[in-house]
Amino acid sequence: MSNKPATLFDKVWDSHVVRKIEDGPDVFFIDRHFIHEVTSPVAFLGMENRGLKVMFPEKTFATADHNTPTINQHLPVQDPLSANQLKALETNSNKYGISHWGLGNPKNGIVHVVGPENGITLPGMTIVCGDSHTSTHGAFGAIAFGIGTSEVEMVLTSQCIMQPKPKKMRINVTGKLGKGITPKDVTLYIISRLTAAGATGYFVEYAGDVFENMSMEGRMTVCNMSIEMGARGGIIAPDETTYNYIKGREKAPKGAAWDTALAYWKTLRTDEGATFDKEYTFDAADIEPMITYGTNPGMGMGITKHIPSALAGDSKSSYEKSLQYMGFHEEEAMLGKKVDYVFIGSCTNGRIEDFRAFASIVKGRKKADHVTAWIVPGSHIVEQQIKEEGILDILTEAGFQLRQPGCSACLAMNDDKVPAGKYAVSTSNRNFEGRQGPGSRTMLASPLVAAAAAVTGVVTDPRELIA
Amino acid sequence: MAYDKFTILRSTAVPMPIENVDTDQIIPARFLKATERTGFGDNLFRDWRYETDGTPKKDFVLNNPIYSGKILVAGKNFGSGSSREHAAWAIYDYGFRCVVSSFFADIFKNNSLNIGILPVQVSPEFLDKIFTAIESDPKAEVEINLEAQTITIPATGESESFAINSYKKHNMMNGYDDIDYLQAMKDEITTFAGKSLY
Repeated sequence: MSNKPATLFDKVWDSHVVRKIEDGPDVFFIDRHFIHEVTSPVAFLGMENRGLKVMFPEKTFATADHNTPTINQHLPVQDPLSANQLKALETNSNKYGISHWGLGNPKNGIVHVVGPENGITLPGMTIVCGDSHTSTHGAFGAIAFGIGTSEVEMVLTSQCIMQPKPKKMRINVTGKLGKGITPKDVTLYIISRLTAAGATGYFVEYAGDVFENMSMEGRMTVCNMSIEMGARGGIIAPDETTYNYIKGREKAPKGAAWDTALAYWKTLRTDEGATFDKEYTFDAADIEPMITYGTNPGMGMGITKHIPSALAGDSKSSYEKSLQYMGFHEEEAMLGKKVDYVFIGSCTNGRIEDFRAFASIVKGRKKADHVTAWIVPGSHIVEQQIKEEGILDILTEAGFQLRQPGCSACLAMNDDKVPAGKYAVSTSNRNFEGRQGPGSRTMLASPLVAAAAAVTGVVTDPRELIA
Repeated sequence: MAYDKFTILRSTAVPMPIENVDTDQIIPARFLKATERTGFGDNLFRDWRYETDGTPKKDFVLNNPIYSGKILVAGKNFGSGSSREHAAWAIYDYGFRCVVSSFFADIFKNNSLNIGILPVQVSPEFLDKIFTAIESDPKAEVEINLEAQTITIPATGESESFAINSYKKHNMMNGYDDIDYLQAMKDEITTFAGKSLY
């Protein structure tokens, strides 16, 4: 290693390159690999067709999440195709000695929730999963990103993938966030400024006091959404907040191993003078509660604003197609629009802090009669916290029902589907056409905006409901 | 998975001048439930292609018999969103071997190259020229020469070069994949793993 100032990203990336190929990708070593039921079966099949085996089973962790039901998880899964995928995950994991947290396991939950909460995700690691929101784990100062099934097969069989090194971007957000402004608003704001493809080809480091003052849950929300502006991933330098979160978790290093790890983690910072290919700086004071009005996450705006008449960089026809799908018009206000469904959960906003935020608004209020709400914890551990902290009582009192963990309505692979034409305020990550069910119309927002919509039945500025 | 070698592809093309085509449009999540890699082409662009009762939507380009071919030409930021390789499988299974756009999402581009679909990134101006050529004659062909790294509209003679790294180019031209490469360097990987903190 040279003494040239390096970015956090460079430090982690360069230390994981097994071989550099001239005018080609790097052979990139993977420390932790997560698998789930949807994108892994074909990888195992491909591996077996080649007569290969799993090279390091102890570096791969399996959890069922994408198509699991969120009620009656003790009963057999009714959809035969989903049941078949869940069975394949279990069979493959058992066959090759991979830890498997299937349905009913107390550690089961969404892959990007259970990895961190069990101490599997650590600073300086390289982490991949056949899921684009693997970027979540970057909150710990890890390089984490989503891969395709061919690459899942590569990791299983060689613990490596072939990756060209992305370019580097730094996004600074400085200042103090206003009342009712959450990490989700910060990320939706950034994406609205950069567009849904604005960071394609880059790996993003988030810096500045807004992120330094953010909880790990909040940092995970921000890194999670990095892919929604096209970035492969996001990364935040580990600090005391990170170490405190990790310490004592089941698979976190202990004793002398902790000290060794901590000494290494403290080197994981961008050096003074290190350069980025692109850099943006935003002022926290400009960020309002955000909501999306279109069909990609770049189509977001401050909740009190009006829908713009065009989107920089997109053609008029694509923009109009998007608004037409949503049933919205240029220059309209979003406040007051009727909401049929509310979803809180997902790898973006399915952690305890998100449910605390949701509860802070619904406490002492009632769910609007016409709203169907899906309250879905990211894991059984989160579910347990919801119960222990009294949040469940607040939810029940307000007319909400708590469901069981899973990806749920974020991508509607299970029964949690928003019907055609209906409007959902969702704390998830994508507002693509049909994402939450064929014909569904999604407005992405924070847990506070979701809660405000759930109790008023319309798009509402949550700041009006905060005491 | 081994795939067909890619050298020169000359074909008519299917125009889809829509921007930000995401992977949920290419293959909706509810069709990701197979445990094998077959049959995804039937559900390619499912919700744009069919009504909920399965009737083909007449105004969607894949249902218009005047357009066909092995090349899909699409607006910028094609393949954004999910990492699902099923999106690339669906495009391949349907019969496309090449997608042309002025901008691709990263993961989709990687997935395509890994299964034998060539993503060809052209300038916005050249993309418009292709759309114009197909609009004036749906039977207009497009030729992609991987060796020369050129894309040409034979009817007008217009041509542009495209980028691809020489490693991937070699793989595509020979039908090799990364797993072959990685298997050949397992000792090196084992040594590397032995020095890893994690």
